[in-house]
Amino acid sequence: MRWLRRNLVVIAGLTTLAYLILPNVVVTVFSFNNPTGRFNYAWQEFSLDAWKDPCGVADLCGSLALSLQIALWATIGATVLGTAIAFALVRYRFRARGAVNSLIFLPMAMPEIVMAASLLALFLNMGIQLGFWTILIAHVMFCLSFVVAAVKARVLSMDPRLEEAARDLYAGPVQTFLRVTLPIAAPGIAAGALLSFALSFDDFIITNFNSGNTVTFPMFVWGSAQRGTPVQINVIGTAMFAIAVLVVLAGQWAGNRRKKAQPQ
Amino acid sequence: MTATAAPPEATAPAEPPVHKASLKKRLVPYWLLLPGIVWLLVFFVLPMVYQASTSVQTGSLEEGFEVTWHFQTYWDALTEYFPQFLRSLLYAGTATALCLLLGYPLAYLIAFKAGRWRNLLLVLVIAPFFTSFLIRTLAWKTILADGGPVVGALDAVGFLDVTSWLGMTEGDRVLATPLAVVCGLTYNFLPFMILPLYTSLERIDTRLHEAAGDLYATPATVFRKVTFPLSMPGVVSGTLLTFIPASGDYVNAELLGSTDTRMIGNVIQSQYLRILDYPTAAALSFILMAIVLIMVTIYIRRAGTEDLV
Repeated sequence: MRWLRRNLVVIAGLTTLAYLILPNVVVTVFSFNNPTGRFNYAWQEFSLDAWKDPCGVADLCGSLALSLQIALWATIGATVLGTAIAFALVRYRFRARGAVNSLIFLPMAMPEIVMAASLLALFLNMGIQLGFWTILIAHVMFCLSFVVAAVKARVLSMDPRLEEAARDLYAGPVQTFLRVTLPIAAPGIAAGALLSFALSFDDFIITNFNSGNTVTFPMFVWGSAQRGTPVQINVIGTAMFAIAVLVVLAGQWAGNRRKKAQPQ
Repeated sequence: MTATAAPPEATAPAEPPVHKASLKKRLVPYWLLLPGIVWLLVFFVLPMVYQASTSVQTGSLEEGFEVTWHFQTYWDALTEYFPQFLRSLLYAGTATALCLLLGYPLAYLIAFKAGRWRNLLLVLVIAPFFTSFLIRTLAWKTILADGGPVVGALDAVGFLDVTSWLGMTEGDRVLATPLAVVCGLTYNFLPFMILPLYTSLERIDTRLHEAAGDLYATPATVFRKVTFPLSMPGVVSGTLLTFIPASGDYVNAELLGSTDTRMIGNVIQSQYLRILDYPTAAALSFILMAIVLIMVTIYIRRAGTEDLV
Protein backbone atom coordinates (compact mmCIF):
# COMPACT_ATOMS: atom_id res chain seq x y z
CA MET A 1 0.00 0.00 0.00
CA ARG A 2 2.82 2.34 0.92
CA TRP A 3 4.66 1.32 -2.26
CA LEU A 4 1.54 2.19 -4.26
CA ARG A 5 1.29 5.61 -2.65
CA ARG A 6 4.96 6.39 -3.15
CA ASN A 7 4.83 5.45 -6.83
CA LEU A 8 1.42 6.97 -7.57
CA VAL A 9 2.88 9.62 -9.87
CA VAL A 10 4.91 7.07 -11.80
CA ILE A 11 1.91 4.76 -12.22
CA ALA A 12 -0.40 7.61 -13.28
CA GLY A 13 2.21 9.00 -15.67
CA LEU A 14 2.86 5.65 -17.29
CA THR A 15 -0.90 5.07 -17.62
CA THR A 16 -1.16 8.35 -19.55
CA LEU A 17 1.78 7.31 -21.70
CA ALA A 18 0.02 4.02 -22.45
CA TYR A 19 -3.08 6.02 -23.45
CA LEU A 20 -0.91 8.11 -25.79
CA ILE A 21 0.88 5.17 -27.36
CA LEU A 22 -2.00 2.68 -27.55
CA PRO A 23 -3.34 3.92 -30.94
CA ASN A 24 0.18 3.71 -32.40
CA VAL A 25 0.43 0.12 -31.19
CA VAL A 26 -2.93 -0.67 -32.77
CA VAL A 27 -1.90 1.02 -36.04
CA THR A 28 1.30 -1.04 -36.09
CA VAL A 29 -0.39 -4.34 -35.25
CA PHE A 30 -3.12 -3.82 -37.83
CA SER A 31 -0.54 -3.03 -40.52
CA PHE A 32 0.11 -6.80 -40.45
CA ASN A 33 -3.55 -7.66 -40.76
CA ASN A 34 -5.22 -9.33 -43.72
CA PRO A 35 -8.75 -7.96 -43.52
CA THR A 36 -11.61 -9.63 -45.37
CA GLY A 37 -13.83 -6.61 -45.95
CA ARG A 38 -13.13 -3.04 -47.00
CA PHE A 39 -12.51 -1.91 -43.43
CA ASN A 40 -9.44 -2.78 -41.41
CA TYR A 41 -11.09 -2.67 -37.99
CA ALA A 42 -11.14 -6.33 -36.91
CA TRP A 43 -8.19 -8.68 -36.69
CA GLN A 44 -8.27 -11.52 -39.23
CA GLU A 45 -4.85 -13.04 -39.85
CA PHE A 46 -1.18 -12.15 -40.04
CA SER A 47 0.04 -10.99 -43.43
CA LEU A 48 2.99 -9.07 -44.83
CA ASP A 49 1.22 -8.17 -48.08
CA ALA A 50 0.69 -4.50 -47.27
CA TRP A 51 4.33 -4.05 -46.24
CA LYS A 52 5.54 -5.62 -49.47
CA ASP A 53 3.46 -3.26 -51.56
CA PRO A 54 2.73 -0.02 -49.69
CA CYS A 55 1.82 1.81 -52.90
CA GLY A 56 -0.59 -0.92 -54.01
CA VAL A 57 -3.61 1.30 -53.47
CA ALA A 58 -4.57 3.81 -56.15
CA ASP A 59 -3.72 7.45 -55.29
CA LEU A 60 -2.24 6.58 -51.89
CA CYS A 61 1.41 7.25 -52.69
CA GLY A 62 0.48 10.12 -54.99
CA SER A 63 -1.26 11.85 -52.09
CA LEU A 64 1.70 11.07 -49.86
CA ALA A 65 4.15 12.60 -52.34
CA LEU A 66 1.93 15.68 -52.65
CA SER A 67 1.77 16.12 -48.88
CA LEU A 68 5.54 15.80 -48.56
CA GLN A 69 6.01 18.35 -51.32
CA ILE A 70 3.59 20.83 -49.75
CA ALA A 71 5.11 20.31 -46.30
CA LEU A 72 8.60 20.93 -47.69
CA TRP A 73 7.68 24.20 -49.44
CA ALA A 74 5.50 25.36 -46.56
CA THR A 75 8.38 24.69 -44.16
CA ILE A 76 10.84 26.65 -46.27
CA GLY A 77 8.43 29.56 -46.70
CA ALA A 78 7.33 29.72 -43.07
CA THR A 79 10.86 29.28 -41.72
CA VAL A 80 12.34 32.08 -43.83
CA LEU A 81 9.49 34.53 -43.15
CA GLY A 82 9.15 33.53 -39.49
CA THR A 83 12.86 33.70 -38.68
CA ALA A 84 13.08 37.22 -40.11
CA ILE A 85 10.09 38.34 -38.02
CA ALA A 86 11.51 36.73 -34.88
CA PHE A 87 14.83 38.54 -35.29
CA ALA A 88 13.09 41.86 -35.90
CA LEU A 89 10.97 41.41 -32.78
CA VAL A 90 13.78 40.42 -30.45
CA ARG A 91 16.63 42.53 -31.73
CA TYR A 92 15.00 45.84 -32.64
CA ARG A 93 12.83 48.41 -30.91
CA PHE A 94 10.44 49.96 -33.39
CA ARG A 95 6.96 51.37 -33.60
CA ALA A 96 4.07 48.90 -33.97
CA ARG A 97 6.03 46.21 -32.16
CA GLY A 98 3.05 45.44 -29.93
CA ALA A 99 0.72 45.24 -32.91
CA VAL A 100 3.07 42.86 -34.70
CA ASN A 101 3.27 40.66 -31.61
CA SER A 102 -0.53 40.44 -31.43
CA LEU A 103 -0.80 39.73 -35.14
CA ILE A 104 1.62 36.82 -34.74
CA PHE A 105 -0.19 35.51 -31.68
CA LEU A 106 -3.73 35.61 -33.15
CA PRO A 107 -3.48 32.65 -35.56
CA MET A 108 -2.47 30.44 -32.63
CA ALA A 109 -5.30 31.72 -30.43
CA MET A 110 -8.05 30.96 -32.89
CA PRO A 111 -9.85 27.70 -33.63
CA GLU A 112 -8.37 26.36 -36.85
CA ILE A 113 -11.77 26.09 -38.47
CA VAL A 114 -12.26 29.87 -38.24
CA MET A 115 -9.08 30.48 -40.23
CA ALA A 116 -9.93 27.69 -42.65
CA ALA A 117 -13.38 29.13 -43.32
CA SER A 118 -12.17 32.70 -43.69
CA LEU A 119 -9.50 31.70 -46.22
CA LEU A 120 -12.18 29.87 -48.17
CA ALA A 121 -14.29 33.04 -48.06
CA LEU A 122 -11.34 34.97 -49.53
CA PHE A 123 -10.64 32.46 -52.28
CA LEU A 124 -14.32 32.15 -53.20
CA ASN A 125 -14.82 35.91 -53.35
CA MET A 126 -11.72 36.41 -55.47
CA GLY A 127 -12.56 33.50 -57.73
CA ILE A 128 -9.26 31.74 -57.08
CA GLN A 129 -9.09 28.08 -58.13
CA LEU A 130 -8.64 25.84 -55.07
CA GLY A 131 -5.74 23.40 -55.24
CA PHE A 132 -2.00 23.09 -54.68
CA TRP A 133 -1.35 26.84 -54.39
CA THR A 134 -4.21 27.62 -52.04
CA ILE A 135 -3.12 24.75 -49.76
CA LEU A 136 0.47 26.00 -49.79
CA ILE A 137 -0.56 29.60 -49.05
CA ALA A 138 -2.70 28.44 -46.12
CA HIS A 139 0.03 26.20 -44.70
CA VAL A 140 2.70 28.92 -44.81
CA MET A 141 0.21 31.22 -43.06
CA PHE A 142 -0.52 28.99 -40.08
CA CYS A 143 3.03 27.60 -39.71
CA LEU A 144 4.48 31.13 -39.59
CA SER A 145 3.41 31.90 -36.01
CA PHE A 146 4.86 28.66 -34.70
CA VAL A 147 8.24 29.38 -36.32
CA VAL A 148 8.26 32.89 -34.85
CA ALA A 149 7.50 31.48 -31.37
CA ALA A 150 10.23 28.84 -31.60
CA VAL A 151 12.94 31.16 -32.98
CA LYS A 152 11.99 33.99 -30.62
CA ALA A 153 12.40 31.73 -27.60
CA ARG A 154 15.90 30.77 -28.74
CA VAL A 155 17.07 34.27 -29.71
CA LEU A 156 15.74 35.74 -26.44
CA SER A 157 17.95 33.41 -24.42
CA MET A 158 20.98 34.35 -26.48
CA ASP A 159 23.67 36.63 -25.03
CA PRO A 160 23.91 39.80 -27.19
CA ARG A 161 27.48 40.32 -25.89
CA LEU A 162 28.61 37.48 -28.15
CA GLU A 163 27.71 39.58 -31.16
CA GLU A 164 29.32 42.65 -29.64
CA ALA A 165 32.45 40.61 -29.10
CA ALA A 166 32.43 39.54 -32.74
CA ARG A 167 32.11 43.17 -33.85
CA ASP A 168 34.92 44.18 -31.51
CA LEU A 169 37.04 41.62 -33.30
CA TYR A 170 36.32 43.46 -36.58
CA ALA A 171 33.67 41.12 -37.96
CA GLY A 172 31.34 42.92 -40.38
CA PRO A 173 27.57 42.77 -39.86
CA VAL A 174 27.16 40.00 -42.45
CA GLN A 175 30.01 38.01 -40.98
CA THR A 176 28.70 38.44 -37.44
CA PHE A 177 25.30 37.25 -38.53
CA LEU A 178 26.52 34.24 -40.49
CA ARG A 179 29.22 33.08 -38.10
CA VAL A 180 27.84 34.01 -34.67
CA THR A 181 24.12 34.81 -34.67
CA LEU A 182 22.85 32.19 -37.08
CA PRO A 183 24.70 29.19 -35.55
CA ILE A 184 23.42 30.10 -32.07
CA ALA A 185 19.86 30.55 -33.32
CA ALA A 186 20.03 27.36 -35.41
CA PRO A 187 18.41 24.99 -32.86
CA GLY A 188 15.41 27.34 -32.58
CA ILE A 189 15.14 27.63 -36.36
CA ALA A 190 15.43 23.84 -36.68
CA ALA A 191 12.72 23.33 -34.06
CA GLY A 192 10.46 25.77 -35.87
CA ALA A 193 11.10 24.10 -39.21
CA LEU A 194 10.47 20.61 -37.80
CA LEU A 195 7.25 21.80 -36.20
CA SER A 196 6.15 23.44 -39.48
CA PHE A 197 6.83 20.27 -41.39
CA ALA A 198 4.84 18.14 -38.95
CA LEU A 199 1.97 20.64 -38.77
CA SER A 200 1.75 21.07 -42.53
CA PHE A 201 2.08 17.37 -43.30
CA ASP A 202 -0.62 16.44 -40.81
CA ASP A 203 -2.98 19.36 -41.34
CA PHE A 204 -6.51 18.33 -42.07
CA ILE A 205 -8.98 21.09 -41.17
CA ILE A 206 -7.48 23.94 -43.20
CA THR A 207 -6.68 21.63 -46.10
CA ASN A 208 -10.19 20.18 -46.04
CA PHE A 209 -11.59 23.68 -46.64
CA ASN A 210 -9.06 24.92 -49.18
CA SER A 211 -7.96 21.96 -51.27
CA GLY A 212 -10.79 21.74 -53.81
CA ASN A 213 -10.31 18.38 -55.52
CA THR A 214 -6.64 18.08 -54.64
CA VAL A 215 -6.01 15.08 -52.39
CA THR A 216 -3.27 15.33 -49.78
CA PHE A 217 -2.45 12.37 -47.55
CA PRO A 218 -4.74 13.43 -44.67
CA MET A 219 -7.51 14.01 -47.22
CA PHE A 220 -6.92 10.51 -48.57
CA VAL A 221 -7.20 9.03 -45.06
CA TRP A 222 -10.35 11.06 -44.43
CA GLY A 223 -11.92 9.78 -47.64
CA SER A 224 -10.91 6.23 -46.87
CA ALA A 225 -12.65 6.43 -43.49
CA GLN A 226 -15.88 6.49 -45.48
CA ARG A 227 -14.97 4.24 -48.42
CA GLY A 228 -12.92 1.63 -46.58
CA THR A 229 -9.44 1.89 -45.11
CA PRO A 230 -6.72 -0.07 -46.90
CA VAL A 231 -4.07 -1.75 -44.72
CA GLN A 232 -1.43 0.31 -46.51
CA ILE A 233 -2.55 3.35 -44.51
CA ASN A 234 -1.44 1.54 -41.35
CA VAL A 235 1.87 0.66 -42.99
CA ILE A 236 2.53 4.32 -43.76
CA GLY A 237 1.41 5.39 -40.28
CA THR A 238 3.77 2.87 -38.71
CA ALA A 239 6.68 3.88 -40.94
CA MET A 240 6.16 7.57 -40.15
CA PHE A 241 6.14 6.85 -36.41
CA ALA A 242 9.35 4.84 -36.70
CA ILE A 243 11.05 7.51 -38.80
CA ALA A 244 9.97 10.25 -36.37
CA VAL A 245 11.38 8.35 -33.38
CA LEU A 246 14.66 7.77 -35.23
CA VAL A 247 14.97 11.38 -36.39
CA VAL A 248 14.28 12.80 -32.93
CA LEU A 249 16.63 10.34 -31.22
CA ALA A 250 19.35 11.08 -33.78
CA GLY A 251 18.85 14.81 -33.20
CA GLN A 252 19.19 14.38 -29.45
CA TRP A 253 22.23 12.18 -29.85
CA ALA A 254 23.89 14.83 -32.03
CA GLY A 255 22.94 17.52 -29.49
CA ASN A 256 24.43 15.52 -26.62
CA ARG A 257 27.65 14.95 -28.52
CA ARG A 258 27.95 18.64 -29.26
CA LYS A 259 27.37 19.45 -25.59
CA LYS A 260 30.09 17.01 -24.57
CA ALA A 261 32.46 18.43 -27.19
CA GLN A 262 32.23 21.96 -25.75
CA PRO A 263 32.09 21.71 -21.97
CA GLN A 264 30.86 24.90 -20.32
CA MET B 1 29.59 25.36 -36.19
CA THR B 2 32.33 23.92 -38.38
CA ALA B 3 35.75 25.47 -38.05
CA THR B 4 36.42 26.37 -41.67
CA ALA B 5 38.87 29.16 -42.36
CA ALA B 6 37.47 32.70 -42.33
CA PRO B 7 37.12 34.38 -45.75
CA PRO B 8 39.82 36.99 -46.43
CA GLU B 9 39.08 40.34 -44.81
CA ALA B 10 39.24 42.09 -48.19
CA THR B 11 35.74 40.86 -49.11
CA ALA B 12 34.15 42.73 -46.19
CA PRO B 13 32.44 45.95 -47.36
CA ALA B 14 33.98 49.28 -46.39
CA GLU B 15 32.38 51.04 -43.42
CA PRO B 16 29.62 53.37 -44.76
CA PRO B 17 29.28 56.97 -43.48
CA VAL B 18 27.69 57.19 -40.04
CA HIS B 19 24.49 59.10 -40.83
CA LYS B 20 23.66 56.84 -43.75
CA ALA B 21 24.21 53.77 -41.65
CA SER B 22 21.85 54.92 -38.92
CA LEU B 23 19.00 55.48 -41.37
CA LYS B 24 19.66 52.13 -42.98
CA LYS B 25 19.82 50.55 -39.55
CA ARG B 26 16.49 52.02 -38.52
CA LEU B 27 14.87 50.47 -41.58
CA VAL B 28 16.30 46.99 -40.99
CA PRO B 29 13.51 45.70 -38.71
CA TYR B 30 10.88 46.85 -41.19
CA TRP B 31 12.56 45.03 -44.05
CA LEU B 32 12.77 41.91 -41.89
CA LEU B 33 9.09 42.13 -40.99
CA LEU B 34 7.71 43.11 -44.37
CA PRO B 35 7.34 39.77 -46.19
CA GLY B 36 5.93 37.81 -43.25
CA ILE B 37 3.59 40.54 -42.10
CA VAL B 38 2.30 41.13 -45.63
CA TRP B 39 1.63 37.38 -45.85
CA LEU B 40 -0.36 37.47 -42.61
CA LEU B 41 -2.24 40.62 -43.62
CA VAL B 42 -3.22 39.19 -47.00
CA PHE B 43 -3.94 35.61 -45.95
CA PHE B 44 -5.07 36.02 -42.35
CA VAL B 45 -6.53 39.50 -41.78
CA LEU B 46 -8.01 40.09 -45.23
CA PRO B 47 -9.81 36.70 -45.17
CA MET B 48 -11.42 37.69 -41.87
CA VAL B 49 -12.70 40.86 -43.55
CA TYR B 50 -14.07 38.80 -46.43
CA GLN B 51 -15.72 36.42 -44.02
CA ALA B 52 -17.25 39.34 -42.14
CA SER B 53 -18.71 40.64 -45.37
CA THR B 54 -19.92 37.15 -46.31
CA SER B 55 -21.73 36.85 -42.99
CA VAL B 56 -23.94 39.85 -43.75
CA GLN B 57 -24.78 38.78 -47.28
CA THR B 58 -28.02 37.25 -48.46
CA GLY B 59 -28.79 35.33 -51.60
CA SER B 60 -28.28 31.85 -52.98
CA LEU B 61 -25.58 30.03 -54.86
CA GLU B 62 -27.56 30.22 -58.13
CA GLU B 63 -28.46 33.91 -57.99
CA GLY B 64 -25.30 35.04 -56.28
CA PHE B 65 -24.76 36.61 -52.87
CA GLU B 66 -25.03 40.30 -52.09
CA VAL B 67 -24.10 42.37 -49.04
CA THR B 68 -27.41 43.44 -47.51
CA TRP B 69 -26.23 44.01 -43.91
CA HIS B 70 -28.52 41.22 -42.85
CA PHE B 71 -27.41 40.83 -39.22
CA GLN B 72 -30.40 38.60 -38.55
CA THR B 73 -28.25 35.72 -39.83
CA TYR B 74 -26.19 35.87 -36.62
CA TRP B 75 -29.24 35.60 -34.39
CA ASP B 76 -30.79 32.83 -36.48
CA ALA B 77 -27.54 30.88 -36.56
CA LEU B 78 -27.04 31.22 -32.81
CA THR B 79 -30.56 30.15 -31.90
CA GLU B 80 -30.73 27.31 -34.42
CA TYR B 81 -27.35 25.82 -33.51
CA PHE B 82 -27.32 26.65 -29.81
CA PRO B 83 -27.19 22.95 -28.79
CA GLN B 84 -24.12 22.38 -30.96
CA PHE B 85 -22.37 25.44 -29.50
CA LEU B 86 -23.14 24.27 -25.99
CA ARG B 87 -22.00 20.73 -26.79
CA SER B 88 -18.73 21.96 -28.31
CA LEU B 89 -17.89 23.99 -25.20
CA LEU B 90 -18.91 21.10 -22.95
CA TYR B 91 -16.87 18.48 -24.84
CA ALA B 92 -13.87 20.78 -25.24
CA GLY B 93 -14.06 21.76 -21.56
CA THR B 94 -14.29 18.13 -20.41
CA ALA B 95 -11.45 17.09 -22.71
CA THR B 96 -9.30 19.96 -21.40
CA ALA B 97 -9.96 18.99 -17.78
CA LEU B 98 -9.14 15.36 -18.57
CA CYS B 99 -5.97 16.41 -20.40
CA LEU B 100 -4.83 18.36 -17.34
CA LEU B 101 -5.67 15.44 -15.04
CA LEU B 102 -3.91 12.89 -17.25
CA GLY B 103 -1.12 15.11 -18.51
CA TYR B 104 0.08 16.50 -15.20
CA PRO B 105 1.39 13.22 -13.74
CA LEU B 106 3.19 12.39 -16.96
CA ALA B 107 4.74 15.86 -17.25
CA TYR B 108 5.73 15.61 -13.57
CA LEU B 109 7.19 12.16 -14.10
CA ILE B 110 9.29 13.33 -17.07
CA ALA B 111 10.45 16.53 -15.33
CA PHE B 112 11.41 15.11 -11.92
CA LYS B 113 11.49 11.32 -11.83
CA ALA B 114 12.51 10.03 -15.25
CA GLY B 115 16.28 10.45 -14.90
CA ARG B 116 17.98 8.93 -17.89
CA TRP B 117 14.62 7.88 -19.37
CA ARG B 118 13.63 11.53 -19.78
CA ASN B 119 14.60 11.87 -23.45
CA LEU B 120 12.91 8.61 -24.44
CA LEU B 121 9.68 9.59 -22.69
CA LEU B 122 9.72 13.01 -24.39
CA VAL B 123 10.21 11.35 -27.77
CA LEU B 124 7.25 9.06 -27.07
CA VAL B 125 5.10 12.12 -26.32
CA ILE B 126 6.20 13.97 -29.47
CA ALA B 127 6.51 11.13 -31.98
CA PRO B 128 2.76 10.49 -32.40
CA PHE B 129 2.61 14.01 -33.92
CA PHE B 130 4.33 12.60 -36.96
CA THR B 131 1.93 9.73 -37.54
CA SER B 132 -1.10 11.29 -39.15
CA PHE B 133 -3.57 12.13 -36.37
CA LEU B 134 -6.39 10.91 -38.62
CA ILE B 135 -4.87 7.42 -38.73
CA ARG B 136 -4.53 7.41 -34.96
CA THR B 137 -8.08 8.66 -34.49
CA LEU B 138 -9.30 5.86 -36.75
CA ALA B 139 -7.41 3.42 -34.54
CA TRP B 140 -9.72 4.45 -31.69
CA LYS B 141 -12.54 2.92 -33.73
CA THR B 142 -10.80 -0.42 -33.37
CA ILE B 143 -9.96 0.12 -29.69
CA LEU B 144 -13.48 1.17 -28.71
CA ALA B 145 -15.24 -1.35 -30.98
CA ASP B 146 -18.46 -2.86 -29.61
CA GLY B 147 -17.76 -6.02 -27.62
CA GLY B 148 -14.01 -5.41 -27.77
CA PRO B 149 -11.70 -6.02 -24.79
CA VAL B 150 -11.51 -2.33 -23.78
CA VAL B 151 -15.27 -1.85 -23.73
CA GLY B 152 -15.68 -5.22 -22.01
CA ALA B 153 -13.24 -4.23 -19.28
CA LEU B 154 -14.91 -0.84 -18.76
CA ASP B 155 -18.26 -2.60 -18.51
CA ALA B 156 -16.92 -5.20 -16.06
CA VAL B 157 -15.66 -2.59 -13.58
CA GLY B 158 -18.94 -0.71 -13.74
CA PHE B 159 -17.45 2.32 -15.51
CA LEU B 160 -20.08 2.24 -18.24
CA ASP B 161 -22.87 2.26 -15.62
CA VAL B 162 -21.52 5.56 -14.32
CA THR B 163 -21.07 7.10 -17.76
CA SER B 164 -24.52 5.89 -18.84
CA TRP B 165 -25.98 7.57 -15.78
CA LEU B 166 -24.11 10.74 -16.80
CA GLY B 167 -25.57 10.39 -20.27
CA MET B 168 -22.16 9.91 -21.87
CA THR B 169 -22.69 6.34 -23.06
CA GLU B 170 -25.65 4.21 -24.02
CA GLY B 171 -25.91 0.67 -22.71
CA ASP B 172 -22.75 -1.34 -23.30
CA ARG B 173 -21.37 0.57 -26.26
CA VAL B 174 -18.88 3.39 -26.34
CA LEU B 175 -18.42 4.07 -30.06
CA ALA B 176 -20.82 6.71 -31.41
CA THR B 177 -21.41 8.15 -27.94
CA PRO B 178 -20.23 11.40 -26.32
CA LEU B 179 -17.67 9.41 -24.33
CA ALA B 180 -15.97 8.27 -27.53
CA VAL B 181 -15.78 11.85 -28.83
CA VAL B 182 -14.41 13.20 -25.54
CA CYS B 183 -11.94 10.31 -25.43
CA GLY B 184 -10.74 11.16 -28.95
CA LEU B 185 -10.47 14.88 -28.20
CA THR B 186 -8.55 14.20 -24.98
CA TYR B 187 -6.21 11.88 -26.81
CA ASN B 188 -5.61 14.21 -29.76
CA PHE B 189 -4.78 17.30 -27.71
CA LEU B 190 -2.98 15.64 -24.78
CA PRO B 191 0.54 16.39 -26.12
CA PHE B 192 -0.40 20.09 -26.34
CA MET B 193 -1.05 19.93 -22.59
CA ILE B 194 1.95 17.81 -21.62
CA LEU B 195 4.65 19.85 -23.39
CA PRO B 196 3.92 23.28 -21.83
CA LEU B 197 3.41 21.60 -18.43
CA TYR B 198 6.74 19.85 -18.78
CA THR B 199 8.50 23.07 -19.81
CA SER B 200 7.23 24.98 -16.77
CA LEU B 201 7.85 22.08 -14.35
CA GLU B 202 11.37 21.58 -15.64
CA ARG B 203 12.23 25.18 -14.80
CA ILE B 204 11.39 24.70 -11.12
CA ASP B 205 14.41 24.59 -8.85
CA THR B 206 14.16 21.24 -7.02
CA ARG B 207 15.88 22.80 -4.01
CA LEU B 208 12.54 24.51 -3.34
CA HIS B 209 11.01 21.06 -2.79
CA GLU B 210 13.79 20.17 -0.37
CA ALA B 211 13.37 23.46 1.45
CA ALA B 212 9.64 22.90 1.80
CA GLY B 213 10.33 19.38 3.08
CA ASP B 214 12.81 20.71 5.61
CA LEU B 215 10.07 23.01 6.88
CA TYR B 216 7.93 19.92 7.61
CA ALA B 217 5.61 20.23 4.63
CA THR B 218 4.03 16.91 3.63
CA PRO B 219 4.47 15.92 -0.04
CA ALA B 220 0.85 16.94 -0.68
CA THR B 221 1.47 20.37 0.83
CA VAL B 222 4.68 20.78 -1.18
CA PHE B 223 2.70 20.11 -4.32
CA ARG B 224 -0.18 22.40 -3.38
CA LYS B 225 1.92 25.32 -2.11
CA VAL B 226 5.09 25.13 -4.23
CA THR B 227 4.99 22.92 -7.33
CA PHE B 228 1.52 23.65 -8.63
CA PRO B 229 1.64 27.46 -8.26
CA LEU B 230 5.04 27.54 -9.98
CA SER B 231 3.68 25.46 -12.87
CA MET B 232 0.78 27.86 -13.49
CA PRO B 233 2.22 29.31 -16.75
CA GLY B 234 2.29 25.76 -18.14
CA VAL B 235 -1.22 25.05 -16.89
CA VAL B 236 -2.53 28.22 -18.53
CA SER B 237 -0.88 27.75 -21.92
CA GLY B 238 -1.63 24.01 -21.85
CA THR B 239 -5.33 24.52 -21.21
CA LEU B 240 -5.50 27.17 -23.95
CA LEU B 241 -3.63 25.01 -26.47
CA THR B 242 -6.08 22.20 -25.67
CA PHE B 243 -9.37 24.06 -25.34
CA ILE B 244 -9.11 26.36 -28.38
CA PRO B 245 -8.49 23.69 -31.03
CA ALA B 246 -10.84 21.22 -29.32
CA SER B 247 -13.74 23.70 -29.42
CA GLY B 248 -13.51 24.00 -33.20
CA ASP B 249 -12.72 20.37 -33.96
CA TYR B 250 -15.03 18.26 -36.11
CA VAL B 251 -12.84 15.27 -36.88
CA ASN B 252 -13.38 13.39 -33.61
CA ALA B 253 -17.13 14.00 -33.61
CA GLU B 254 -17.31 12.82 -37.22
CA LEU B 255 -15.16 9.69 -36.90
CA LEU B 256 -16.00 8.55 -33.37
CA GLY B 257 -19.43 10.08 -32.75
CA SER B 258 -22.91 10.03 -34.23
CA THR B 259 -25.40 12.64 -35.39
CA ASP B 260 -26.23 13.20 -31.71
CA THR B 261 -22.67 14.29 -30.94
CA ARG B 262 -22.28 16.89 -33.68
CA MET B 263 -20.16 19.83 -32.58
CA ILE B 264 -20.20 23.35 -34.00
CA GLY B 265 -17.21 22.48 -36.20
CA ASN B 266 -19.29 19.80 -37.92
CA VAL B 267 -22.03 22.36 -38.60
CA ILE B 268 -19.63 24.97 -40.01
CA GLN B 269 -17.92 22.35 -42.16
CA SER B 270 -21.16 21.07 -43.67
CA GLN B 271 -22.60 24.57 -44.13
CA TYR B 272 -19.49 25.65 -46.04
CA LEU B 273 -18.67 22.50 -47.98
CA ARG B 274 -21.98 20.64 -48.45
CA ILE B 275 -24.99 22.91 -47.96
CA LEU B 276 -23.11 25.92 -49.39
CA ASP B 277 -24.98 28.40 -47.19
CA TYR B 278 -22.00 30.73 -46.93
CA PRO B 279 -23.58 33.56 -44.88
CA THR B 280 -24.76 31.20 -42.12
CA ALA B 281 -21.41 29.39 -42.13
CA ALA B 282 -19.51 32.68 -41.86
CA ALA B 283 -21.76 33.92 -39.06
CA LEU B 284 -21.33 30.63 -37.18
CA SER B 285 -17.57 30.77 -37.35
CA PHE B 286 -17.53 34.39 -36.15
CA ILE B 287 -19.75 33.48 -33.22
CA LEU B 288 -17.39 30.61 -32.36
CA MET B 289 -14.40 32.94 -32.62
CA ALA B 290 -16.08 35.53 -30.38
CA ILE B 291 -17.02 32.94 -27.75
CA VAL B 292 -13.50 31.51 -27.70
CA LEU B 293 -11.77 34.91 -27.58
CA ILE B 294 -14.04 36.15 -24.77
CA MET B 295 -13.54 32.98 -22.73
CA VAL B 296 -9.79 33.04 -23.29
CA THR B 297 -9.53 36.70 -22.27
CA ILE B 298 -11.49 36.14 -19.07
CA TYR B 299 -9.46 33.03 -18.30
CA ILE B 300 -6.11 34.79 -18.80
CA ARG B 301 -7.24 37.70 -16.57
CA ARG B 302 -8.35 35.24 -13.90
CA ALA B 303 -5.19 33.17 -14.09
CA GLY B 304 -3.23 36.41 -13.79
CA THR B 305 -0.52 35.53 -16.21
CA GLU B 306 0.49 37.32 -19.36
CA ASP B 307 3.31 35.22 -20.75
CA LEU B 308 1.88 32.72 -23.16
CA VAL B 309 3.48 30.13 -25.40
